Amino acid sequence: MDFSFVQNYLPMYAQAALLTVRIGCFGILAAVLVGIICSMILYFKIPVLQAVATVYIELSRNTPLLVQLFFLYFGLPKIGVRISAEGCAVIGLAFLGGSYMTEAFRSGLESIDRIQTESAGSLGMNAGQTMRYVIFPQALAISVPALVANVIFLIKETSVVSAIALADLMYVAKDLIGLYYQTKEALIMLVAFYLILLLPVSVIGTLVERRLRYAGFGA
Amino acid sequence: MEEKIQLQTRDLVKKYGDDTILNGIDLKVRKGEVVVLLGPSGCGKSTLLRCLNGLETVDSGEVLLDGEPITAHGKNMSQMRQKIGMVFQSYDLFPHKTILGNVILAPVKVQHRSRQDAEAEAEVLLRRVGLWEKRGAWPRQLSGGQKQRVAIARALMMHPEVMLFDEVTAALDPEMVREVLDVMIELAGQGMTMVIVTHEMQFARAVADRILFLDQGRFVEEASPEQFFTQPKSQRAKAFLKTFTFDRCATTENSVVI
Ligand SMILES: Nc1ncnc2c1ncn2[C@@H]1O[C@H](COP(=O)(O)OP(=O)(O)O)[C@@H](O)[C@H]1O
Ligand SMILES: [Mg+2]
Repeated sequence: MDFSFVQNYLPMYAQAALLTVRIGCFGILAAVLVGIICSMILYFKIPVLQAVATVYIELSRNTPLLVQLFFLYFGLPKIGVRISAEGCAVIGLAFLGGSYMTEAFRSGLESIDRIQTESAGSLGMNAGQTMRYVIFPQALAISVPALVANVIFLIKETSVVSAIALADLMYVAKDLIGLYYQTKEALIMLVAFYLILLLPVSVIGTLVERRLRYAGFGA
Repeated sequence: MEEKIQLQTRDLVKKYGDDTILNGIDLKVRKGEVVVLLGPSGCGKSTLLRCLNGLETVDSGEVLLDGEPITAHGKNMSQMRQKIGMVFQSYDLFPHKTILGNVILAPVKVQHRSRQDAEAEAEVLLRRVGLWEKRGAWPRQLSGGQKQRVAIARALMMHPEVMLFDEVTAALDPEMVREVLDVMIELAGQGMTMVIVTHEMQFARAVADRILFLDQGRFVEEASPEQFFTQPKSQRAKAFLKTFTFDRCATTENSVVI
């Protein structure tokens, strides 16, 4: 193990990790937003939009992120739409993650008993109030494990953005291996940085799950 | 003296597919009156109650509250629903809210009352049903009977003009039935207008001002409780009441004496 190599290139990895975090945060935030909107559209069976959401979900789930990124980064400029590489990565992640988040919220929403909607209605709550104060909070608690799994999945998926010339962790590692042949050090640092990013997410996710399951509603 | 009609249906018809569940229901409930709906399982009692507060759309006819028609999905639906409280057979408390949270949610969010005001009234109502001490507990920590009493308090928080009860004790263990029925009897005594579906015949007899017997989508018989339970007129009501009595069938010769 060549520790001087590790020391020299640590800042480069840190910078790359920061990029991964940036793309991950914005992409996942947007994906959650897309997920909430689509799951509401499906839950309330809003005509037309329901069909649009269904097509989007199929498209998103059945194409690889890499293909989506190529489309955004190399395809769109051909029709005059130019988005920065980082912008493409965020949009791509949101496009992919949106369908997974939709599924997580949707299964939570559908597990809530109809009587909850009816008793909220009989207290004079309209559909919006019923969703906001009664159905969604319960659905969210049920969705948390799936949401956490999606967050981890999406952060891992960011490793393909090197394909559109973004200097993320994967890109830096490949670069260093190509330049100096110090494969072992470069790879160990790659794994270490992904663990540093993902372990806290995993741990926090587990804690939140446990809180909701065991403390939340007084079991 | 002509008393005020608070809740009324006119020629109400409700179908599920080709099945006509309610076939021309004319119901009039006077202010302060307690009406008990009886009838065999599946005759449409729940459906009628659900039509009364707009949980079901009707195929024809109308429901009127204080002479004003209730139309499902109408603009005044929320207003109307606040005036008609309902308690269901299955426990329907919000599991993610504490007991106090359950009771004050709609007053704060729907009626925009202040939290202090809502909590002050919640204290009065929860004390009345004997559950103020449980205000910080979660629904799943309560027994079935306690949950139903909270559900009644929660409905009363909206200051309803009418209360609908759909077999609220049917899912309860026998020893918890009484505590819920007592709350309802007290409510009736205070002059609340109530429409009750129940299979507790002793309770029905005690609480009702009037019994309506529903069968095959129509009111077959209308009577005072005394008259209904002692001298039912229709064959169907007689047959129905017979299902609640048991003829003595033990044969002493064959039984083993322990
Ligand atoms: N959502 C529904 N769809 C179709 N049929 C229903 C539905 N709800 C109730 N029914 C039918 O309507 C009839 C009356 O039901 P209900 O009002 O629940 O009866 P009750 O409360 O008197 O036992 C039953 O035959 C039942 O099967
Ligand atoms: Mg019923």
